[in-house]
Amino acid sequence: MGERILDVNNLEINFHTYAGDVKAIRDVSFHLDKGETLAIVGESGSGKSVTTKSLMGLLANNARVVGGSIMYHDEDILKKSEKQMQDIRGKDIAMIFQDPMTSLDPTMKIGRQIAEPLMKHKNVEKKKALAQALEILKLVGIDHAEERINEYPHQFSGGQRQRIVIAIALVCYPEILIADEPTTALDVTIQAQILDLMKELQQKIETSIIFITHDLGVVAGMADRVAVMYAGQIIEYGSVDEIFYNPQHPYTWGLLNSMPTLNSTDLQAIPGTPPDLLDPPKGDPFAARNPYAMKIDEKEKPPFFKVSETHFASTWLLHPDAPKITPPDEIVRRKKIFKKMQANVN
Amino acid sequence: MPENQKKVLEVKHLKQYFGVGKPDMVKAVDDISFDIYDGEVFGLVGESGSGKTTAGRSIIHLYNPTDGQIIFNGKDVSSFKSKKEKLEFTRNMQMIFQDPQASLNPRMTVEDIIAEGIDIHGLAKDKAERRKKVEDLLETVGLNRDHASRYPHEFSGGQRQRIGIARALAVEPSFIIADEPISALDVSIQAQVVNLMKDLQKERGLTYLFIAHDLSMVKYISDRIGVLHYGRLLEVGPADDVYLTPLHDYTKSLISAVPEPDPEFERTRQRVPYDASIEQDKEGQPRKLREITPGHFVRCSEEELSFYQERAANYKKEKQETPSV
Repeated sequence: MGERILDVNNLEINFHTYAGDVKAIRDVSFHLDKGETLAIVGESGSGKSVTTKSLMGLLANNARVVGGSIMYHDEDILKKSEKQMQDIRGKDIAMIFQDPMTSLDPTMKIGRQIAEPLMKHKNVEKKKALAQALEILKLVGIDHAEERINEYPHQFSGGQRQRIVIAIALVCYPEILIADEPTTALDVTIQAQILDLMKELQQKIETSIIFITHDLGVVAGMADRVAVMYAGQIIEYGSVDEIFYNPQHPYTWGLLNSMPTLNSTDLQAIPGTPPDLLDPPKGDPFAARNPYAMKIDEKEKPPFFKVSETHFASTWLLHPDAPKITPPDEIVRRKKIFKKMQANVN
Repeated sequence: MPENQKKVLEVKHLKQYFGVGKPDMVKAVDDISFDIYDGEVFGLVGESGSGKTTAGRSIIHLYNPTDGQIIFNGKDVSSFKSKKEKLEFTRNMQMIFQDPQASLNPRMTVEDIIAEGIDIHGLAKDKAERRKKVEDLLETVGLNRDHASRYPHEFSGGQRQRIGIARALAVEPSFIIADEPISALDVSIQAQVVNLMKDLQKERGLTYLFIAHDLSMVKYISDRIGVLHYGRLLEVGPADDVYLTPLHDYTKSLISAVPEPDPEFERTRQRVPYDASIEQDKEGQPRKLREITPGHFVRCSEEELSFYQERAANYKKEKQETPSV
């Protein structure tokens, strides 16, 4: 992989509410290399969206960054003013939101919406910007682009609108593209098209992608590396093969187990619900739902144990003194695939 | 499904049009027919706008069907002569809705929400029995007895969907229509709710019409599946047959687009493009569902029959050539 372009260190974010401070992000660290796709996986409330909003400087008013840093080109994004962030946002770091219905301006022609970042950030004059908008509109696969550039968002279908959102995000050739559940609102066939489009464009303009989703199927097809989040923390990260074929944290097991595939005959649900982050658990946040939990899981948060050069997991099960346990059948099956893959490499 | 099994629901040439007589008339459901047998789960899949939700709503009479017949337990329920008839129908057929946020009245306690049906049908003698029934239902769906006095906003999405299920079960129906019951829930919670629905079905001998766009989940829960597109049923068959040996090009394309949590598989995935123009009806070649292999139907004309028969035969040949692993 290429050079490192983003480094998030020990990020902590609280949300102030009437009931007290919600500790939404607790000691989160990760990095992003040039040209790669990092998937952040987690359920709602796990903190995946908050993490990326902090990268964009788009946190809600009641959010407070308590600690940590986000280093982008040796500068801490968290220390930048709103005015400085406006220069970065949309130019160097762009974002695709989940819902293409609400992320476009209904009163503005789409050509103007695509051209806007160019005029704003790169001082391109209107005529030229519109010409470039037309180019990128063709690139994202909108037919009859010459005519449609003068239409309004409501004249497009959901999939087309998401293509337009992607066009807006990519028109300035950003270094980092953050995609927050970009296909969740779409049908499977349209989802497949959008994912293919994103992969293709990533190659063309050499952008790095942070892909946020709860859909492990999408992750398997898109990501180079995966970080799994739970209750405001990253609990495991590694290459896509390591996470899918050699998962270590029981929560990752649970996620893989509860996803139906076209061949599954038995679904193992994760019992219970995620913890309340007003008062997060002291130890492993997953302990209460974890059938493999040990006493220490309730008392002390496990550190990251190294599985390989690229793969780390925060579970006491990896401690040398931990008892040997057998993971669920589905995970055993996956680990067998991993062994085979490694044997093929060596 | 074996021939001797009892048909619970027969949908015959159901049509549901909106804006009839206006230039922008929409044929949301356009002449669909299928049967659901006693104790089975029938999955209805389709993309947004395919008419799957409309079909469910027409069957349970949230809309008045434009045309066609719905026969439930041997009786024509396409229209009701009296209020009594409608009551008897809704007692036996209940619905679970997609959005647990919107489908529970925020001003009612959980007890009143669940017991509304019990009250309407007069199923409880007194307050104590009503309360007992609600508490038993709460336990059945995996909630606590003391949740009865709380309000919907005090619950998570998954818990709310459990309340929705308890409400549907309250009048002891034999048939439940579940319209995207899990699509608003988190992954780890989806499996919980689907497993609950599966268990309830076994315990109580329920029959489900399970409507969803999530193909892998539909495959997991359903015995038979119908594929809907542009308001028409394109393919109907046993779940395994539809997934392993899809006959219609649309079904093939749909299945080829389902993401699998398996990177190796994703790297070699071949997507099947679909050209919807093949669905255009041709003059003088009426299409309807025709049986290709036992229980497996595809919408085609007389002329297209041989094409699909050949496709099915090819699947069979492939299967014989590759021994199962």
